[in-house]
Amino acid sequence: MTTKRLYPLSDLNDIPGTTVFNAARAREAYHLHKFCMSLMEPANREAFRDHQRAYLDRFKMSEEQKRAVLDRDFNKLIDLGGNIYFLVKLSNTDGWSVQRAVSSMTTMTADEYAAMMREGGRSPEGQRSIREGN
Amino acid sequence: MARITAGVATSHVPAIGAAFDHGRTQDPYWKQVFDGYEWVKTWEKAEKPDVVILCYNDHASAMMLDVVPTFALGMAEEFTPADEGWGPRPVPVVQGHIELAAHLAEQLVLDEFDLTLMNNMDVDHGCTVPLSLMFGKVDAWPCKVIPLAVNVTQFPTPSGNRCWMLGEAIRDAVESFPEDLNVQIWGTGGMSHQLQGPRAGLINPEFDNAFLDGLSGDAADLRKITRLEYLRESGSEGIELIMWLIMRAALGEDVEELQRFYHVPASNTAVGHIVLKPKEAAKAKSAA
Repeated sequence: MTTKRLYPLSDLNDIPGTTVFNAARAREAYHLHKFCMSLMEPANREAFRDHQRAYLDRFKMSEEQKRAVLDRDFNKLIDLGGNIYFLVKLSNTDGWSVQRAVSSMTTMTADEYAAMMREGGRSPEGQRSIREGN
Repeated sequence: MARITAGVATSHVPAIGAAFDHGRTQDPYWKQVFDGYEWVKTWEKAEKPDVVILCYNDHASAMMLDVVPTFALGMAEEFTPADEGWGPRPVPVVQGHIELAAHLAEQLVLDEFDLTLMNNMDVDHGCTVPLSLMFGKVDAWPCKVIPLAVNVTQFPTPSGNRCWMLGEAIRDAVESFPEDLNVQIWGTGGMSHQLQGPRAGLINPEFDNAFLDGLSGDAADLRKITRLEYLRESGSEGIELIMWLIMRAALGEDVEELQRFYHVPASNTAVGHIVLKPKEAAKAKSAA
């Protein structure tokens, strides 16, 4: 039995500036996620802060993922399978607000982003579909 | 007989929890958010629910990615607040209701919802921020809580319609529980927000307000919103709103809206809050 598909799944790639997290991405990010989850323990946060590279080498992450963690490049981490819900364990460990972590993925500074949010956030106009441009 | 006497929905932004825990609720930025919950705190004190079935999502604190259950029901006697990277929130341990949870586990699987049963899990801000908003600063939560965690993160999430059907089944299951319990159901998460990529910060008040109108009016259209539509219109994390449909469906056909609040922003998110009462419950109360 196949339930009727309401749209081609390729449409999930049609949302501007958005990566839809799915089972394949979750697998790609599994060890990155294990690293992030380890930061839920105070002793691990300490160890990571002391020797970031050595700590990362405990995990079976790709070199690219390790590099992106060291660079705190959240867009790259999402490209490499990541999802914000576990990536915030990293930014929380750094003492960043979630807003700061999120703003780092946009073209704005943290202050500009905070100001945009106070003014009502980013409008969906022109942000719904790459194809339709709406 | 147990009854679902009310439904409550609210966003569960972690920064709201941080503002609450660090005594910043009266800062001008946060006061606008917390003022929206003054009404419900007074109302909850009068309602005195015995149990809350609390629909929320785990933010990679207890489950994902080791396991990614579509629907996971908390069966434990207690659920400890999780350490999400900044230490656990200084809030009471959440007390479960093991008899009602066991009854739900049985009835819902019989009704063909293939639940995952969690005998041991911590709960994160998704569960504890709504409790703080409804009950304020307390030494112990004033009621038992059955956490129901929904996958809203990994595509495909359950559909809005599937969530609706689960809500209907929860209502039937609660009503077949013999003990006389005052049960509330809460839907949490949302409203529009996106926490990733160049489109981060997306807020769609038009979509959010239409959703709130649908909850208290004609909810049939809300069941038809596709996952893709949530992602496009309400941001990649706005799809948390499907959990509000579990709450709404558990209240039966007609509802009365008691309270509504909408505010932008809390951190990255549009904050929404609504309190609904099933029409039959409202009638029964006035007849009594």
